[in-house]
Amino acid sequence: MRIEPVNESTCIVYFGDQISDETANLVRQATATIRRTMADVVTDLVPSYTSVLVCYDLERTDRFGISSRLRRALEQEAGDTAVETTSQVLELPVYYGQEVALDLEDVCEFSGLSRDDVIRTHSEQTYRVYAIGFSPGFAYLGTTDPRIAIPRKSSPRLRVPSGSVGIAGSQTAIYPSATPGGWQIVGRTPSKMIDWESESLALVQVGDRVKFRAIDREEFIELGGQFDDA
Amino acid sequence: MMLEILHPGILTLIQDLGRYGYQHMGVTTGGPMDEHAFLWANRLLGNPLDAAQLEITFGGLSLQAHSDTWIALTGADLGAHINKRPVRPWRTYSIARGDRIDFSAPLTGLRAYLAVSGGIQTPSKLGSRATVSREGLGALDGAGAKLAKGDRIPIGKPTPITDTSVPYSDIPDYDKPLRLGVVPGYQYQHFSQSARARFFSGEYEVSQNIDRMGYRLTGEAIRCDLDGIVSEGIAYGAIQIPADGQPIVLMKDRQTIGGYPKIGSLSALGAGQLAQRGPGALVSFYPIDVADAEARRLIFNQRLRKGPPGIGK
Repeated sequence: MRIEPVNESTCIVYFGDQISDETANLVRQATATIRRTMADVVTDLVPSYTSVLVCYDLERTDRFGISSRLRRALEQEAGDTAVETTSQVLELPVYYGQEVALDLEDVCEFSGLSRDDVIRTHSEQTYRVYAIGFSPGFAYLGTTDPRIAIPRKSSPRLRVPSGSVGIAGSQTAIYPSATPGGWQIVGRTPSKMIDWESESLALVQVGDRVKFRAIDREEFIELGGQFDDA
Repeated sequence: MMLEILHPGILTLIQDLGRYGYQHMGVTTGGPMDEHAFLWANRLLGNPLDAAQLEITFGGLSLQAHSDTWIALTGADLGAHINKRPVRPWRTYSIARGDRIDFSAPLTGLRAYLAVSGGIQTPSKLGSRATVSREGLGALDGAGAKLAKGDRIPIGKPTPITDTSVPYSDIPDYDKPLRLGVVPGYQYQHFSQSARARFFSGEYEVSQNIDRMGYRLTGEAIRCDLDGIVSEGIAYGAIQIPADGQPIVLMKDRQTIGGYPKIGSLSALGAGQLAQRGPGALVSFYPIDVADAEARRLIFNQRLRKGPPGIGK
């Protein structure tokens, strides 16, 4: 663990340099610990693959205070083997039909697999939520089967419809809202990834596991799926 | 109790201090691009320091008061007029029902703040009234819509004040060449000695590509040993160096995580000074210790809370 200052009210804690399940577990555990024990000084937390950015209130603590409290809280936690973090496995329905899978043909060409094989490969894996960012509720999931790990589009779309499920290299993600974006779109989920009216807001959290379930057109419509969310 | 928008101007947004506590869900903070000017506007009126205001970029805004109140103007001088009488920023004005306030174009700086006694009372979403249009949060409707002609902005009950102004020594000169302190951090170790030297000795120009998300600068290209990094949280004021070597300073509406190497970070007050510069302005950087940034902010906070605003004109 490495704690480094960023500016007068922010520091970053690194738990490793490489993306791994083990590092992701440390990040997840640290985020929970900081949230639970340091709410009096911490204003915001940004967990990612290997690090947690910690924003704090300079009126209540300073660079020494924050790092000693972080160290104490996180080292104590690390020694405490009783701490178990449970992660939910969330099943997300995805319609991989032609009219919404804007780049599925390209993935077939890239992988040499048939449509059905690409769909099966994408949906048989259980993914982990490594980070949430870019836009509200945008979850970075990893890791895809190397055969379908197609790079980002060379020029991003100006508008990716909301609910779109995309692939970028070893990552896959769902666009919670219509935004510009360069991921290769293979399907669309009718599930709402972010709901401003709900308590938890985002459907998934860092550390959760996600599995996609292929659904047909009929079920997509039944679950409230939209073909054009203009 | 409201202000009516007669003309929304180029970019006028409702901002409070920002939306905190949701960055782990990818929700950016938003908030005022220039905290120095924003905080002083609330301070002049005796408002809570996070009371919502109008952030007026470039000018062109016209509005009419539908009740008697007090306002404070701070930040850029955008050629404001009250009932066709020219007025200056960094002080309070008494406003009568029916008064009209117009902003023309920047004379100095880029972003003006108009605070009103009792604050703007639009719906709060996730604990904040800050507008982030990209995320559909804030604004009059709570869903990030642009202000439009005829919009009626609810405001709080005014608290009587004596006319005051910001102490002369706390009024920044936005025309002066900008030298900003950078706290080295993040991937700083991955920039070579000569890259760092170039960064701290060169002069950068503010490009045309500036918005609430980031400020792109042009100048001496800086290279990093790393192509990219594992995506990580981005602080307000962080300086990204993408492959072309041209720095991008990340501002209030920044994405919460990103994968470009960063050489360090500005302080919030430093980023706020940059936010008052438009295309063509020159900026240079020098390294500071985090202790330095901390001390400056605490001194600012102290002056803001306890310092006497100058009385009268």
